[in-house]
Amino acid sequence: MDLTLKVWRQENAKAKGKFEKYQIKNISPDSSFLEMIDALNEQLIQDDKDPVAKEPVAFDHDCREGICGMCSLYINGRAHGPDEEITTCQLHMRKFKDGDTIVIEPWRANGFPVIKDLMVDRQAFDKILQSGGFISANTGNAPDANAIPIGKDKAEEAMDAASCIGCGACVATCKNSSAMLFVASKVSQLALLPQGKHESVKRAHAMIAKMDELGFGHCTNTGACEVECPKGISLDHIARLNREFLAANLMP
Amino acid sequence: MPAGPIAEKWTKYKAEQDLVNPANKRKLDIIVVGTGLGGAAAAASLGELGFKVKNFCYSDSPRRAHSIAAQGGINAAKNYQNDGDSIYRLFYDTVKGGDYRAREGNVYRLAEVSNDIIDQCVTQGVPFARDYGGYLDNRSFGGALVSRTFYARGQTGQQLLLGAYGALNRQIAAGNVTMHVRTEMMDLVVVDGKARGIITRDLITGELNSHFGHAVVLATGGYGNVFFLSTNAMGSNGSASYKAYKKGAMFANPSFVQIHPTCIPVHGDAQSKLTLMSESLRNDGRIWVPKEKEDADKIRKGELSPLDLPEEKRDYYLERRYPAFGNLVPRDVASRAAKERCDAGYGVGSGQAVYLDFADAIGRLGKAAIEARYGNLFQMYEKIVDTNPYELPMMIYPAIHYTMGGTWVDYELQTTIPGLFSIGEANFSDHGANRLGASALMQGLADGYFVLPYTIQRYLADQIGVARMNTDEVPEFNTVKKDTKTLIDKLFAVKGKRSVDSIHKELGHIMWNHVGMGRTAEGLKEGIEMIKKLRKEFWEDVRIPGKENSINPELEKACRLADFLELGELMAQDALHRNESCGGHFREEYKTPEGEALRDDKNFMYVAAWEFQGTENPAKLHKESLSYEAIEVKTRNYK
Ligand SMILES: Cc1cc2nc3c(=O)[nH]c(=O)nc-3n(C[C@H](O)[C@H](O)[C@H](O)COP(=O)(O)OP(=O)(O)OC[C@H]3O[C@@H](n4cnc5c(N)ncnc54)[C@H](O)[C@@H]3O)c2cc1C
Ligand code: SF4
Ligand code: FES
Repeated sequence: MDLTLKVWRQENAKAKGKFEKYQIKNISPDSSFLEMIDALNEQLIQDDKDPVAKEPVAFDHDCREGICGMCSLYINGRAHGPDEEITTCQLHMRKFKDGDTIVIEPWRANGFPVIKDLMVDRQAFDKILQSGGFISANTGNAPDANAIPIGKDKAEEAMDAASCIGCGACVATCKNSSAMLFVASKVSQLALLPQGKHESVKRAHAMIAKMDELGFGHCTNTGACEVECPKGISLDHIARLNREFLAANLMP
Repeated sequence: MPAGPIAEKWTKYKAEQDLVNPANKRKLDIIVVGTGLGGAAAAASLGELGFKVKNFCYSDSPRRAHSIAAQGGINAAKNYQNDGDSIYRLFYDTVKGGDYRAREGNVYRLAEVSNDIIDQCVTQGVPFARDYGGYLDNRSFGGALVSRTFYARGQTGQQLLLGAYGALNRQIAAGNVTMHVRTEMMDLVVVDGKARGIITRDLITGELNSHFGHAVVLATGGYGNVFFLSTNAMGSNGSASYKAYKKGAMFANPSFVQIHPTCIPVHGDAQSKLTLMSESLRNDGRIWVPKEKEDADKIRKGELSPLDLPEEKRDYYLERRYPAFGNLVPRDVASRAAKERCDAGYGVGSGQAVYLDFADAIGRLGKAAIEARYGNLFQMYEKIVDTNPYELPMMIYPAIHYTMGGTWVDYELQTTIPGLFSIGEANFSDHGANRLGASALMQGLADGYFVLPYTIQRYLADQIGVARMNTDEVPEFNTVKKDTKTLIDKLFAVKGKRSVDSIHKELGHIMWNHVGMGRTAEGLKEGIEMIKKLRKEFWEDVRIPGKENSINPELEKACRLADFLELGELMAQDALHRNESCGGHFREEYKTPEGEALRDDKNFMYVAAWEFQGTENPAKLHKESLSYEAIEVKTRNYK
């Protein structure tokens, strides 16, 4: 496949960025999207006309199998590109046509400043979880794993919520840049389990407060996040968070 | 290693070992490099104990460590299924699976603490699979006759890591752990013979920094990416272990590499990594190739569909060769058998692939049951290969997956440099020449939660008199920092024509062809020469674009590749010296007439620990002989 790429280039967090246009040829439809960017970078490095090698496009990635949450990218106006329930690293070029123009941008949100080209800083997510997204149990405190049975339905629902990979597509997609889906998935997972119940109210309030403090917007229930979430995290978790922890205004 | 019967060693060790009192813990700094299962568990547990921990990772969040990608599960000797499991049996299976090349006492301890891990994880909120009664479910894995593997769908590593990450976050919030993300350890600093710190590069600003610790813990994972294509994450690397090796920490069994039998076959030259299809699929999938070469040929040309081939024209070669274990033989056995069939001309797809077929299981259990068990794996397969595995059999082929070799450690997980510890995949300790499925997660968490937090205290009990160092004033820190700067300058100065990846790919080919699944003395010697030549080419022709003081992935990759280009040679040297076949190390010269591995216990029942002698000199061999008291040494037999 031959493609035209319009890629966001930005030197660092302070610099002003702009789109650059690149032509790329002979991409196999069986390549992944990131392998296509690898090929672009190889081309930039090898560019003989430029004695000082051109800088390749910087982008985040690591596992390349849809689980670490490191890859991102806004592709033709959609987080993680034109496929359902998938991360960018799992997107394959067969989803595009020969001759296509592809626009590639970083996540754009207040909470996630661009640090170079397509890379953003997502440490805000870590900070939200540090504010309470855990069960307070020291190593060595645990009773036998089967001491407290957990209904299969509850366990499955907790697992659904726990599937979040912390990629940030929900924030990037939301017109308010809200991190509500991310927060709600963690609150749900831990509240559904008997081990996590005890701290659930305190946890929910702390995480929401942190989210607000870090510049993420409020949730206005537009539901765009659910559509773009690569792990299919459901809006029901936001509903539970509102219903069980916020509406009642239970203070910790 | 504590004396006494095997089942009492760990209890005895814990009872007699020195501890650090709570007031002194606050005065002790511990550096933990890595935030995978090993690193996150260790950093969190040490923080809970009251030590001051500095934790590092190269990714943008500790949660993204490579452990996150583990799919299948984690072993423990709970015997919840009442199928005859016990600590002894898990110990036995692990030693046997490792082909009698692991240290008995360490493995027994691993089996002993395995049950605590499951308890701990459930308490942290890890949503393991459960049955309708609400109790924990198990599945079976290769190399075992019991069901002892706990799992969370196909995302076990993710859930375990998020549990450890939660515990870590709690300690970060409490101020006991300081987290440094996007920070790469570049080298180790040794002062008066003891590990005292590290030099790091800030991956955003390029700044080099010194960090002091009373002890340093490496939890930096495995080095499978020396092969370029592997199931490891793109950033996984061997540099921290290798830099420690150059500073005096011996490297054990570098050639013991695991090749995983069930990965998605290579699609072409642009391929950047290989995707694993969890081994748990072998519970329900049957592996086969066509019985006749003509059929294989037609399938490769697309003239025949596998669905058209009747039962009697299929060769379920694992069931045929190993009737007792069938499709559940250990990984090394399954991988070699697949290679053997493909090399003999029976491969499908590109010729380098075999079928993993679920038709029987779907017929027996229904599509819904298979979907519940493996849904996300099937989806992943379909997204990558573009065929539907519910209808057509999957195609799989072996790929590099795990490194059993690693930094040599003693019973306390301390390396040959006092004060330097190594845990998780980075060390060599528990898996011998082959690791059983679902045992790496167990080992990472055992080391991090339950072993290191005890054993490191014996060392630290002696260190309470050592004041925190001001690194600017310690010449050793300044020297190593300067060395790092020199290395980076040297890389930029080459200004050659080849990209880092193009050289890495070439190294990968050499490793796969010469230091891969079927090794020969001839091939290894040739490989060593080729690696030397490529290393020279790297230093003469690599091209690093961009700047030093900004985000520069090409520079990061170049630093890691520079180490791989030396480590690859060490691996070949180790493989060449080991004149036997054991576990993942298969030398074509040493096999039975039926083609099974031929171990040589008389001459090679030892751990090969290599000592650095300079980059261009062969490393020096030290042997730690292995003796088995609690277990009878047998030929591995899965027939
Ligand atoms: C696809 C896949 C599936 C697997 N499935 C299973 C399974 O089902 N069951 C099982 O038991 N095992 C499985 N394994 C193996 C298992 O996942 C790993 O062996 C294990 O997770 C390794 O954990 P670790 O903590 O030692 O290292 P890792 O998780 O690899 O973590 C390494 C850490 O070190 C950091 N690091 C590395 N170098 C540096 C440096 N120089 N400076 C700073 N930081 C550095 C990284 O940022 C990272 O945080 C699987 C492996 C793969 C590849
Ligand atoms: S909720 Fe979905 S989109 Fe948001 S961070 Fe988690 S996985 Fe990504
Ligand atoms: S690179 Fe890990 S999710 Fe895409």
